[in-house]
Amino acid sequence: MFGSDAFRLIIGLLLAFGFAQVNALFLVWLERKVAGHIQLRPGPMEVGPHGLLQTLCDGVKLIGKELIIPFKADTKLFLLAPVLVFGPVLMAFLVLPFGPTMIIRDMNVGVLLVFAFSTFTVLAILAGGWASNNKYALLGAIRSVAQNVAYEIPLLLSVMSVCLVVHSLSFGDIVQAQSKVWFIFIQPLAALIYLIAATAETNRAPFDIPEAESELIAGFHTEYSGMGFGLFFLAEYTNMFVVCAVATSLFLGGWQGPFGFSLMLPGIVWFMIKTYFLIFVIMWVRWTFPRVRFDQLMNFSWKVLIPLSLANLMLTAVALKLF
Amino acid sequence: MSYVNELLVGGWSLVEGMKVTFRRLFHPLVTVQYPRKRLEMTTSYRGHIELKTFAETGTHKCISCGTCEKMCPSGVITVKGEKVVGGKGKAAVYWEIDFSKCSLCGICVESCPTETLQYSKEYQIVGETRADCVFDLIARLTNGAQQSREPVVEPKGKGAEASA
Repeated sequence: MFGSDAFRLIIGLLLAFGFAQVNALFLVWLERKVAGHIQLRPGPMEVGPHGLLQTLCDGVKLIGKELIIPFKADTKLFLLAPVLVFGPVLMAFLVLPFGPTMIIRDMNVGVLLVFAFSTFTVLAILAGGWASNNKYALLGAIRSVAQNVAYEIPLLLSVMSVCLVVHSLSFGDIVQAQSKVWFIFIQPLAALIYLIAATAETNRAPFDIPEAESELIAGFHTEYSGMGFGLFFLAEYTNMFVVCAVATSLFLGGWQGPFGFSLMLPGIVWFMIKTYFLIFVIMWVRWTFPRVRFDQLMNFSWKVLIPLSLANLMLTAVALKLF
Repeated sequence: MSYVNELLVGGWSLVEGMKVTFRRLFHPLVTVQYPRKRLEMTTSYRGHIELKTFAETGTHKCISCGTCEKMCPSGVITVKGEKVVGGKGKAAVYWEIDFSKCSLCGICVESCPTETLQYSKEYQIVGETRADCVFDLIARLTNGAQQSREPVVEPKGKGAEASA
């Protein structure tokens, strides 16, 4: 029979799956609203109050559409890629600390698990781009791999400097350690580097060159239609939530209020406020800056982010040894 | 040193950009929700031509001289007049334009000796056939179809959709 642990995992994953859908619907709506208001437009207005149900209609439309498989595509891989891209994202929810007790499984390698699974996304994108048998899809996939290799390093290095301070890879411990001061005040550089690298990791503008519309049509998901495309979309927005939730736990004190004041709000409310604030910042960035060129993207990672995050890690290690 | 300088200056320019878009978030919107709200057309807007109504006669002043008809480069206009009963001169009884050919050059408006032509502010013309592009301007005048001269910004209301 199932142990209570396995049962807990299954229930947790089902909840996470449901949450991921609602979250993606809300985020797409929010994205369009933010984009609209920045460009002095109202965004979606017609379906539901202030267009809230617009994305639900779009989702239903996507489900109803035909899944077209290109003639010369690698059918198995082509159908597998959207599942591969969405599945691992969901795994990250296993260790995210939504509240003091609201964590599906507080593993002692929680941080490692999140980043191990997030690296999986790039494999799925490569599979999708390769299987499509389309030059734009392949180019998008190649760019995605190069970009992810470049940005994984500063991302992990900035996370490492937090883990060094806490001496733990468990999200529970990391959040507990921020009960007085959030790590963004101790590790401001790491927080900044994390946010930039996370934007690149999730293929968001201004680092969205794997799907640069003006050059590559839609990049790696050019050939996907219907729910295949829908799953890529869902994964993108869920991924965004995951990186922001991780940033919240690592740098903004997770479910804790600022400087130990909880202001009578339950932990999950704090967690959600901070996470959605970070998501808003990422959207705000997207609608402010133009897409960078590929060489600029690579230069920025290898010449700026990696040296800075290495220096930050070294300084952290030295400071911890001295004091 | 230039490396650090470039980072700082570049980084600050990004912050400035973020400030601009953040302020824009709270700007009033420029979009007009069209079927519910409408814009007033500017005075320079050119719709298809229409006959003016003059206060002293209560109708148009077209004498069906046919100048506009001859001047029109595209053969849009057809005017027919009759002798005025109990008066002198002629008055138009049939005034038709085929808007599908019109290029809105305005030579008819400029050449009219009695200045009875003007541009309408009509901007919501819909037709399914070529015949729908033909307008009888006398009928338009007598049917009180000068609605387009009235202010077009309507208050919010459900009924606005039906009249559109």
